[in-house]
Amino acid sequence: MIPGAFEYHRPETLGEATGLLSQLGDSARVLAGGHSLIPMMKLRMAAPEHLIDLAAIADLRGIAVGDDIRIGAMVTQAELIAHDGLAAACPLLREAALQIADPQVRYVGTVGGNVANGDPGNDMPGLMQCLGARYSLAGPGGTREVAARDFYISAYETARADDEILTGILVPHPAPGTGYAYEKQKRKIGDYATAAAAVTIGRNGASVAMTNLADRPIWSEAAGKALAAGDAAGAVAAALAEIDPGDDNRGPAEFKRHVAGVMLRRAIDRARARMG
Amino acid sequence: MNEITPTPAERAEKLKGLGSSRKRVEDVRFTQGKGNYVDDIKLPGMLFGDFVRSPYAHARVVSIDAEAAKQVPGVVAVLTAADLAPLGLHWMPTLAGDKQMVLADGKVLFQGQEVAFVVATDRYAAADAVELVEVDYEELPVVTDPFKALEPDAPVLREDIADQKEGAHGARRHHNHIFTWEQGDREATEKVLAEADVVAEEMIYYHRTHPCPLETCGCVASMDKVNGKLTVWGTFQAPHAVRTVASLISGIAEHNIRIISPDIGGGFGNKVGVYPGYICSIVASIVTGKPVKWVEDRMENLMATAFARDYWMQGKIAATKDGRITGLWCHVTADHGGFDACADPTKFPAGFFNICTGSYDIPVAWLAVDGVYTNKAPGGVAYRCSFRVTEAAYLIERMIEVLAIKLGIDAAELRRKNFIRKDQFPYRSALGWEYDSGDYHTAWDKALAAVGYEDLRAEQADRVESFRRGETRKLMGVGLTFFTEIVGAGPVKNCDILGLGMFDSCEIRIHPTGSAIARLGTISQGQGHATTFAQILASEIGIPADNITIEEGDTDTAPYGLGTYGSRSTPVAGAATAMAGRKIRAKAQMIAAYLLEVHDDDVEWDVDRFVVKGAPERFKAMAEIAFAAYNQAIPGIEPGLEAVSYYDPPNMTYPFGAYVCVVDVDVDTGQVDIRRFYALDDCGTRINPMIIEGQVHGGLTEALAIAMGQEIAYDELGNVKTGTLMDFFVPTAWETPHYETDWTTTPSPHHPIGAKGVGESPNVGGVPCFSNAVNDAFRAFGHVHAHMPHDHWRVWKIAHDLGLHG
Ligand SMILES: Cc1cc2nc3c(=O)[nH]c(=O)nc-3n(C[C@H](O)[C@H](O)[C@H](O)COP(=O)(O)OP(=O)(O)OC[C@H]3O[C@@H](n4cnc5c(N)ncnc54)[C@H](O)[C@@H]3O)c2cc1C
Repeated sequence: MIPGAFEYHRPETLGEATGLLSQLGDSARVLAGGHSLIPMMKLRMAAPEHLIDLAAIADLRGIAVGDDIRIGAMVTQAELIAHDGLAAACPLLREAALQIADPQVRYVGTVGGNVANGDPGNDMPGLMQCLGARYSLAGPGGTREVAARDFYISAYETARADDEILTGILVPHPAPGTGYAYEKQKRKIGDYATAAAAVTIGRNGASVAMTNLADRPIWSEAAGKALAAGDAAGAVAAALAEIDPGDDNRGPAEFKRHVAGVMLRRAIDRARARMG
Repeated sequence: MNEITPTPAERAEKLKGLGSSRKRVEDVRFTQGKGNYVDDIKLPGMLFGDFVRSPYAHARVVSIDAEAAKQVPGVVAVLTAADLAPLGLHWMPTLAGDKQMVLADGKVLFQGQEVAFVVATDRYAAADAVELVEVDYEELPVVTDPFKALEPDAPVLREDIADQKEGAHGARRHHNHIFTWEQGDREATEKVLAEADVVAEEMIYYHRTHPCPLETCGCVASMDKVNGKLTVWGTFQAPHAVRTVASLISGIAEHNIRIISPDIGGGFGNKVGVYPGYICSIVASIVTGKPVKWVEDRMENLMATAFARDYWMQGKIAATKDGRITGLWCHVTADHGGFDACADPTKFPAGFFNICTGSYDIPVAWLAVDGVYTNKAPGGVAYRCSFRVTEAAYLIERMIEVLAIKLGIDAAELRRKNFIRKDQFPYRSALGWEYDSGDYHTAWDKALAAVGYEDLRAEQADRVESFRRGETRKLMGVGLTFFTEIVGAGPVKNCDILGLGMFDSCEIRIHPTGSAIARLGTISQGQGHATTFAQILASEIGIPADNITIEEGDTDTAPYGLGTYGSRSTPVAGAATAMAGRKIRAKAQMIAAYLLEVHDDDVEWDVDRFVVKGAPERFKAMAEIAFAAYNQAIPGIEPGLEAVSYYDPPNMTYPFGAYVCVVDVDVDTGQVDIRRFYALDDCGTRINPMIIEGQVHGGLTEALAIAMGQEIAYDELGNVKTGTLMDFFVPTAWETPHYETDWTTTPSPHHPIGAKGVGESPNVGGVPCFSNAVNDAFRAFGHVHAHMPHDHWRVWKIAHDLGLHG
């Protein structure tokens, strides 16, 4: 459990960081909380020669609740949970974040790392898709925004270019009275989801996303439409038609498919009960 | 005379002896992070070892090229079997009479097997070099299923002994067969089965799991070439046995070997055996002349050091129509992995599995265990239980449930009907044990009353009705267990390890000012020996426990003993402690009589002093006696106050307990909520109730882990699927339910203080209790038995197969 040798960089500005990234190319990876990357390095499944730590870049920190909600990439999951304004503006973020790992991981793990990682087991990507969030990316050629719903291609493959850094996440305010729920089944504290579902239902429609049930998070447009039309069973059927779980230690695909349906059904019931 | 004379009870309380919930003296350092574990040991010039391990479960090792690895700055040596062979150390004997490769000798037999040992000036260089050792493997067909391993055309795993028809435990009938161990009367048992009113039959698998102690295994070996002395600090549950084995296999004289077990972060059987890492570190230290440290990481621990269980148990139990058990038949297929490295007393290749008649008066029984080689890691240790006793308790406690279903009798009633009665003790079981003492009916009634058993059953029946009406998706299960342990190995006449009798020892020195040190042949790994053994002694010799130091684990100072596992410390070393204490007291009596100027027989013991019979105001307290032992010339008595006792127990001890678990099972997700867990333990005399409670909590939590999800699983290629703590379940406070503990006290008649041992009971009783609860939840729908672990998907599958998902 000892990683290979690497050089450590700690830039203080975003420009420096993107500069390093384009200069060092493939051999470099950015380091956020390290709670996904470092385990992979210890298993020697990742062996970057350069780590560019984003911890000293002030611009990547902070939560701002304005016209949109802006969450800096280096905001930790614990900071997200502790932020009162955010909990009031978008309570689903907090509810879901509390179901990630355990407090130790959340103190260090960042929101940006969680969404940029591209691991289908991460909880934030499906959540951000459900909420219709957009990601800000900065690279040598400038900045751009990508919708969470367009970001995930397959496991560890995202729309982010290798020389880009994810700087923040923009979440639109849910319409007043929006019902919400994040339901996650896991084997124990600190485990990724066997199946998880994020649901919002409000005046502007409904949204449904699922976690760890395919090689990427699954946002189901059809499920959202059915749910908005009041058809919960149709929403579940539509979402289940889009997932593609695999067998692993959590159980065979057949089981996960069933649990996915149960989680989604429960999330819908809770979200409906919370509608204002 | 004192003005305020404390009563004997007050004086006794001050001693903090037997029965006192004295706080653990160890915890002062542990809670401050001041423990001293193997990895805390740092010696000047120390080197670090790391293993190249096999990625394959079965393969020929065609060649090993270490040239690139040797070029890594800091690398001192790379050892392979070829380097160890001239020393005769490329193989080592196992505790089970087999031999095991230290480094791959031509082939590998399990994933994670040690192939080469890299020694470097730091851990990082060693880990980098491990990556660069190039091993050319030629894959061979893999067998991970013990039944397939015994098929006629199964691949030959152990080519070294393929033609050997006799093993360490008798005849071998197949190239992958290790032994058959048979107990009881087959003919009589099969006759009973043939003629019985009812026979219940079930195949019960107790899956492979792992003790997974918080601290992994490791050592620091230091060969001092000047004085010829080898010192090894290591995670050893049996330091003296390690010294003797090290001497026998290395040829270094035993007095030149010093084994030290420092603080140990949990063992649970994982640290009983001898591992290649120890041998390689010793060799590397001899070769380099420098101390060498080796500490395995978590994945290595889970993959390669000793596993537990992996027993396929076919049970048949016969009974009369009205529920009197008339016979038990059992055949076990035991998966031992690539080498037979079980840690059992030599004459017991399946441990004390023949305790499988449990707490019941079963007139005839037969048992056979077949040990089998497969392409899995070696081991088969007693993970928080006496040798194979958890397996035995699991078998009988599941079979009782299966029989109750078949008979349509309440499982609590069926147990009560068949318990060995109090007046039958000492009780000779059909499979050969002599149970020392018990009062099962009293314990059972107390347990059932405490949980309100009748009400639970009524609630459960209501729940089934509401479920059928579609009002709930949760079922309720009531798990029952009544277990009997067999611990305290053991009588030298039938218990030995590699020829070393399983006695244990204690040596006591009383200091002139009335405090003391006692050294034992055991070694605590969290059990709290420094606390409890001082309590035993306090009650025996009247010196406050706070004034007694307990020291273990250094073979240069401790008397010879066989170590700590199988709940043997209190039954054996605890007895030695009491006996040595009594020797001290006998001498103290003579000194006291001399000081009081009366005849030896005219004084009597009173808590912490000898008093003149009939004149309690005339006495000598232990502190005064101790001083006299060092400053008075007493005719006919040597100066000093010391004693040593080597205790050969006349019998095992038989702790027992009654457990009840109530669960709510979510039929749709397979999630099981432990609503209630009640544990009544009878461990004989209770030395420290607080420590007992702590041991019960810990043991139950490990039982919860095993029953509900913890396993070492392999795929068909022999890859370990559960090699990290993400997949290998270790419960946190979050998953752990609240436990209610209770007790009865039935002392052991043959133990000096009546104590029986408790550390492992909760695992032995807990595993079947959790499992019975889950199985019981589905009983109303025709379900009989499902294998552990009862993780979400397997529980879901029970519901699914019963058609409960509509
Ligand atoms: C025991 C354990 C349990 C866990 N359980 C869960 C769980 O239940 N649910 C869950 O969602 N997660 C879980 N995690 C993962 C945890 O949330 C991680 O913190 C998170 O996945 C990654 O965030 P990080 O800040 O640690 O990123 P890092 O590990 O530092 O980085 C992860 C990846 O993202 C890249 N990256 C990071 N930040 C940026 C950026 N700003 N721009 C571009 N690329 C970036 C890195 O280069 C790396 O490839 C668990 C982790 C552990 C150790």
